[in-house]
Amino acid sequence: MTFRKYLVLAGITVFSTAGDSLLARGMKELGNVSLHNFSGLLLAVVHPSVTAGILLLLAFFACYMSALSWADLTYVLPATSLGYVLVALIAHFSFHEVISPERWLGIGLIAAGVGFVAAGPSVTPSHQRRGSRDADRDSVSQEVDS
Amino acid sequence: MNELYAWAAIGIIILASTTGDVLLSYSMKRVGDVEKLGKRRGMLAVVGRVLRTPTFAPGLVAMGVAFYSLLFGLSWGNLSLVVPASASLTFVANALAARIFLHESVGRRRWIAALLVACGVVLMAV
Repeated sequence: MTFRKYLVLAGITVFSTAGDSLLARGMKELGNVSLHNFSGLLLAVVHPSVTAGILLLLAFFACYMSALSWADLTYVLPATSLGYVLVALIAHFSFHEVISPERWLGIGLIAAGVGFVAAGPSVTPSHQRRGSRDADRDSVSQEVDS
Repeated sequence: MNELYAWAAIGIIILASTTGDVLLSYSMKRVGDVEKLGKRRGMLAVVGRVLRTPTFAPGLVAMGVAFYSLLFGLSWGNLSLVVPASASLTFVANALAARIFLHESVGRRRWIAALLVACGVVLMAV
């Protein structure tokens, strides 16, 4: 794992959290949008918060695909789950929302899970993919082996 | 009755997002490390290669199904049930599916991480 790769993992966390929040804010500002009001749904795309949210989610998707190209799914998913914690901490420090003891415990558990998986190997070498017909065609795990 | 619909939606969300993640992960492993490929052949070639991978489009469709099931689930059930239940169970389902279909070595460390995050997500959302 290089510094660049950790940056990509951080990008997944930050872009998905910020993108979701902006999208949610934009849709709330727009009010009710239903399938019957199709033009409203199309116009939603040009709302500044919605546009920014969509762009950030595209950036998230690019980082996510990049991470999946060099790391296991069971590594990427837990390693990028700090977004839940990020939202709670932003709500606490910028909007002075109160965090209940249960939520602090949740924050602790997620952080522990992230630490646990990040300290381990990020990709399964191909010789360990027992019974996998694809291991010999899988260029990522071969590079780890060699 | 609505609760039954909500749980059905949760089931579909878990199934669809796990299918999507597994298919996308499989596609990207086939493509290879995009950073190295990008340096050698340029980013456009990498994007073309990703789009041409046969499992990529079905993976995207599965992610879309998961997203719309979440929207429907939210209209039938409470936010505080649908979001934590689907998010936390998806972590566990993904660990199982990655072991079975992607042959990833999901050892004790990764199981503990998946379960810790799943429990944490439930606590954060209730």
